[in-house]
Parts: sequence; C-alpha cells; structure tokens
Amino acid sequence: MKSNLYRAYLDNAATTPMDERVIEAMTAVMRETFGNPSSTHSFGRNAKGVLETARKKISSLIGAESKEILFTSGGTEADNIAIRSSVRDLGIKHIITSPLEHKAVLSTAEEMDASGDASLHLVRVDNKGHIDYDHLSELATSYPGALISLMHANNEIGTLLDVDRVKEIAAANNCLFHCDTVQTMGHYPIDVKTFGADFLTCSAHKLSGPKGSGFLYIKNGLRIHPMITGGGQERNLRAGTENITGIVGLAKALELAYQELGEELKRISDFKQEMVSLLKTEIPGIEFNGDITANGALYTVLNCALPPTEKNALLLFQLDMAGVCVSGGSACNSGAAKGSHVLNAIGADPDRQAVRFSFGRFTTMADIRHAVDSLKVILKSETVQA
Amino acid sequence: MNIYLKALLYLHDRIDLNKNRMLQTPIYLDNNATTPMDPRVLEEMLPYFNRSFGNAASRNHSFGWTAEEAVDIARERVAKLINASPKEIIFTSGATESDNLAIKGVFEMYAAKGNHVITVTTEHKAVLDSCKHIEKNGGRVTYLSPDSQGMITLDQIREAITPETILITIMYGNNEIGVLQDIPAIGKLARENNILFHTDATQAVGKIPVDVEADHIDLMSFSAHKMYGPKGVGALYVRRRNPRVKVTAQMDGGGHERGMRSGTLNVPGIVGFGKSCEIAMNEMAEESKKLSAMRDRLERELLTMEEAYVNGNPEHRLPHVTNISFKFVEGEGLMMGVKDIAVSSGSACTSASLEPSYVLKSLGLDDDLAHSSLRFGLGRFTTDEEIDFAIDHVKTAVNKLREMSPLWEMFKDGIDLKSVEWQEH
Repeated sequence: MKSNLYRAYLDNAATTPMDERVIEAMTAVMRETFGNPSSTHSFGRNAKGVLETARKKISSLIGAESKEILFTSGGTEADNIAIRSSVRDLGIKHIITSPLEHKAVLSTAEEMDASGDASLHLVRVDNKGHIDYDHLSELATSYPGALISLMHANNEIGTLLDVDRVKEIAAANNCLFHCDTVQTMGHYPIDVKTFGADFLTCSAHKLSGPKGSGFLYIKNGLRIHPMITGGGQERNLRAGTENITGIVGLAKALELAYQELGEELKRISDFKQEMVSLLKTEIPGIEFNGDITANGALYTVLNCALPPTEKNALLLFQLDMAGVCVSGGSACNSGAAKGSHVLNAIGADPDRQAVRFSFGRFTTMADIRHAVDSLKVILKSETVQA
Repeated sequence: MNIYLKALLYLHDRIDLNKNRMLQTPIYLDNNATTPMDPRVLEEMLPYFNRSFGNAASRNHSFGWTAEEAVDIARERVAKLINASPKEIIFTSGATESDNLAIKGVFEMYAAKGNHVITVTTEHKAVLDSCKHIEKNGGRVTYLSPDSQGMITLDQIREAITPETILITIMYGNNEIGVLQDIPAIGKLARENNILFHTDATQAVGKIPVDVEADHIDLMSFSAHKMYGPKGVGALYVRRRNPRVKVTAQMDGGGHERGMRSGTLNVPGIVGFGKSCEIAMNEMAEESKKLSAMRDRLERELLTMEEAYVNGNPEHRLPHVTNISFKFVEGEGLMMGVKDIAVSSGSACTSASLEPSYVLKSLGLDDDLAHSSLRFGLGRFTTDEEIDFAIDHVKTAVNKLREMSPLWEMFKDGIDLKSVEWQEH
C-alpha cells in the first residue's frame, strides 16, 4: 500500500536526501581510505591527504583559507563552539541575538547568560521576522565589543537577514558577528570576504550531504581553544578522530551546490512563487508566516498560516497520509508540545495552523501540485477522521 | 547505474577479494587506530543515505518516523552488546566527545558534591585533557601511576579516595599496550564509596565481553570506527538506575538525546554503529579466539629475537594487541624499516609528533626504548598470511638496523653500555 503512494518530501529544511554523487564519493572513501588521518603510515597519510583536499575544496568555494575551516559533527556543535569560545576565549561579555534563532544558538546563549559568563540581549523583531536594525544598532552601541549572533535565514519562516547592515553595525561597534548559515550555505553564493562575518556555521545534511558532518568558519586571527579536548586534531581546535567519510561528503555536497546554484535558485524560486499563487487560489483565507517577497526570504522555505478550522488538529497527520511530508515547526522542536518559539516571537495568530513547506534539489513541480491538491482535499472534506 | 547496485557489487567484490586475495602491502595492523568498515555495516547504512533519509526528530511524517525507528533499533543493538537498556545510550560524534561529556558533564553536574577526580597516567588524551580542563576550572585530579606492566591496584585507588571524590575514570583496555584493568573490582570499589565510575572502553567494546551491570560501570565511552563501523559516531552509556546518573550537556540546542546531547542524529552512522555491535555480539567469541591465537604467534615469533620485550601485562590484555620494544634499534629507522606493514609506534593521536609515547614512559621505559616500540593491532580482516609476512618483515628490519648499530655491536661484545662514558663531540 505504501509503495503505491506518491510521496512529496517537502521538509528539506529538516533534512535532505543525499545526492547519489555524494554517496559515491563517500563509499569510495569508506573502501579506499579508511585510515586514521593521525596515523603516520600510508593508510593514515592517505586519509590525511583526502581530509586536507576536502578542506581546501570547501575553503576555496567560500573564499576562505583552509585554516579557517574547522570540521565539526554538525551545525549544532559549530554554533556551540562559536558562542562558547567567544565567551570563554575572546573576552565576550555580551551576546546580542534574536528570539528567532535556532535552539543551538538560543539555548547556548541562554546557558551563557544563566551561568553568568555573559549577558544575553534580544533584539526586537517585526511580525515578518525581520530584525529591528535600529534596535540592533542601539544594543551594539550600548554593548560595544559584544558578539552578534544572527541567522542568515530563519529555518521556520525563511526570512532573510540583511547581512550588510549587520556587518556595518558590527564593524562600527567593534562587535564579533556569528552568522548561522545552516539554511543558506550552498543556496546562496556565500563568499566570506564580502559576507563579513567572523563565524559561519554549516551543516552537510541540509544540502544533500551526510548527517553528522559540518563546519565552522572561523575568521583568521580569532584564537579559540577546543571545546572537545584530547588528541590535537583540527589544529588543536577539536579533538577526536576526523570523520573523513562525512567530511568528503560535505565537500562534495557543497561543491555540487555551488556548481548548480544559479539554476537551482531560479528553479526553486519559481516553484515557490507558483506554490504561493496556487495556494492563494485554492485555499481561501490562507496567509503566510514571514516575508514571502522574492528577496525577503529564503527561496526554499514557505510557511503557511491556514485559517482556523477544527480540521487543523489532524492536518499534518492527514497530509502525511496523503503522502505530503511537511513540518509544523522545525524538526528539532517538533516533539515539543508547546508551539514554535519563532511563530510566538513574530506574534503569529495561534489559532491558525502553521505548515512549513521546504524545497530541495529533488523537489519537482509535481510535488508542489500534489501538496496543494492534498491540502485542498483535506480542508474541503466533510468529516474529520479520528 | 543505480547506486545500490554499484554498492552491492562492490560489497560482493570485496567479500570475494577477502577470500582469494593475494597478499597486498602495506598490511594493515593498526586496528587500534581505526578499523576498515565491515561490508555488512555499509550495506546496512546505504538505504539511510537517500531512501530513508529523514530527520529522526521530524514527528509529522513517515520519513521522520522511519529514521526514528532505525535509531531505536540501533540503540537496542548497541545497548544489548554492553547489557544496558536502550535509554542509557547517548549517541555522540565519537569516543572523544563521549569522554568529554562524561568527565566535564559529571564535574559540572556534581559540583555540589565534590571536585575530586581519580584517573591514571596511561589514559587516552581525551580523558587526560578533559581532566586538565576541570583542573583549570577548580577541580582536583589524582593521576595514579601504573606498575611497569601497566596495572594499577585497588589499594592505589582506595588511598586516593577523599570525601570530595566524585568520579573515578579508568580505561577498560589500553589503546597502546592493550592492558585490561580489573574493571569489575574498580567499579565495585567506586560503588561502595558512592563515587561514579567512568570507563573509556573504546578499545574493549566489541572485542571482549563488556557488561555494565557486572562491571558496575556508571558511564562508558565507546565508538563505532574501532569496531568496523563508521567514523563520526560513538556513544556514552549513562546509567539510569542504581544510581541514576546525570551529566551536564556540553552542547545546547534542540534537546536531543534526553537533553544530554543536542544536534540532528547521524542516522546512517548510528545504523552502522548498531550493525557493528550486532556483528560483534554474534562473532566476538570466535573472533577473539582467532585473533589471540594469531597475536600469540606473532608475539612468540618476534620474541625469539634477542632483546625484544612485550610491554604491558601479558595476562590481562586485549586479545588482538601486542606492543613490543626492540632494544638497540633506532625508532625512526624502525618505522622506516617496517614500511610494508602499517603499525603504530604510539597512539595514533600523538604519533604525528615525534614525542615518545607517554603511555610507555609511564611504564618506566626510557625515551629510546619507547621510540623503538611497535604496536600491533590485529583485526577482523587480518589473515595468517599477513601475520607470516609481518613476522618476517619485522625480523628482517630489526636485524638489519642492529647490524648497522654500534650500540648493538658493543652489547654483543659484552660491554655494559651503562658504564660507558660518552664523550661530547
């Protein structure tokens, strides 16, 4: 029964299927280069070579130097390192962030605040999820030398940060700037030289790469100590045998993303606009969470606010039954009973049902149509199935 | 061609290769550093790359549930291998992270109870550096010195215990010399004194029976890539009852892994880890018998040479490891001389530098002898032919180096080298 069902996976902000070319690159490493990169014999040296080639590839894609790339187990670890080491090693006493950040940033900043190691200051946001840049400027002026940690695009509603303004505010107030680019790396042509951040976070599994692999870009000259100690890998910044399979997958995934970026951006942006107009036609009273203008939001995320109806309670379940895989919030919080902290923070109507559609390399127009049709059928159906 | 088909073809090629392959050099005898992946593990992982690729935290659709279910099965397999319950397994990125989480996490969580930790000088750097970290943060650490065979005694531990002691962390099997401590007795001693017991069992799990109940273990680190699984995945066992143990998270975020370790779960890696544990469970008895016979033969043959010594207690040792010092052989020359076998002269994590192994130095070896030691780590794919080759290769290299060594000549002439006064040049 399941095999006959058409399934549209529209939850690419939670995770993405791996690209076959990435799997091939990884399986090749698994069979040919299984050595421990710290070993001095040929198995180890080969592994080390593969590791450093991957680092070079990634750094050249984003315009960085090899030594500015620190491989981690994923985005959460990279966010933690950026914030914790800024506080511990770089003399940061104040953290300026927003209530819309991913939990990896927000919880870590809250933890720093609770432990008394740094004070947390939240910048105001508007109902589309945009930062109040005047308030950001005020905070930065009040706490010069603070760490500003703001995500490039929100994972739930897609609203984009005005990176240039943040960069200016940070520079004017001598602040460090960490940008969580988990949702945007590989989706936009990020070059660290123009981007202007001190730290960038990347996670492979959000761009058709493997889970368990990511990196933190650390601008040259920022001297931090390891969070995970014991072994001296990653130039003494992160102990533990390097996950070279995952790292090779990450490099391949990023390479493919940059190669295909232009086409993909156009293709998926068109899907998104098409979906918006389909939804507006087919679902009366539909609204959208966040900014849905072409330049205001990430082209891979569309968060809908469906009008209140008793059908909403089982909506996500019914969508899944219809073969439409979406999310109500971010995956990390989707087990929690309480609503999305992002939607709460932008003052979204709690009576409306949020549905996040997120697109990726393997999304087709047929997926989009299937999703809209299914939603329409479910909302029009007379009875609610218990 | 379909990726699965390709991968499966490769797997079958590889299995065939293993049966009939010619001896290929270099021969891998460094399975303590890392192990090649078992093809069965890779086969288990493949569907989770791009078919069942969901995020295990996605609760609203079948991709998420399928991923979660796969993680549950893997968690059961991992738990079963060490006689734990699945809820006691916290998945991490590897044993180093597990060691960090255990030691720093206990130190922070139990700060009100005390600040003293007991460990041993021959621990892995992941443990020693975590201990140094807590010393910087107001902790006190006692580093016990083992005897010349790498063993520590219960009395040494007993004497070190203070009312402030919150944690004893002692590794199960040493990564360089393979020595096994008396873990059940140490665990019992810790329990009697109401002190938590952590063990880094990275080298032991999957190789010998490890039972967290019988061994009275409260926290235990281990990783997949030391047991024919993938790199980048490991676990921390955290006891849930008698006593219930808690650790402070070292990474914050979505609250995965019962709040102790945030971050999207590495589903394929975890699935691979589960499979490696299952295979180990089924094949450990036979495999360890086979490996210890091979190891013993290798050791016996190499010890027929003069002035060759085994490091570590030969009675209490992992079945697949031997560490042998060759006196009157220069260390770097030795590594160059045995280039057709991949072995290690120290632990992999410190071997990038030319520092003599601190583990061997803890046993009382001088720098020269530590440098002229080789660690052999046999593994699942090691064959008798490879052992034959290794015996011959090492003997040849050592003999050749000694022929060129004036020290060896003096020794053979019966000159007591300690009595020689060396002139400065």
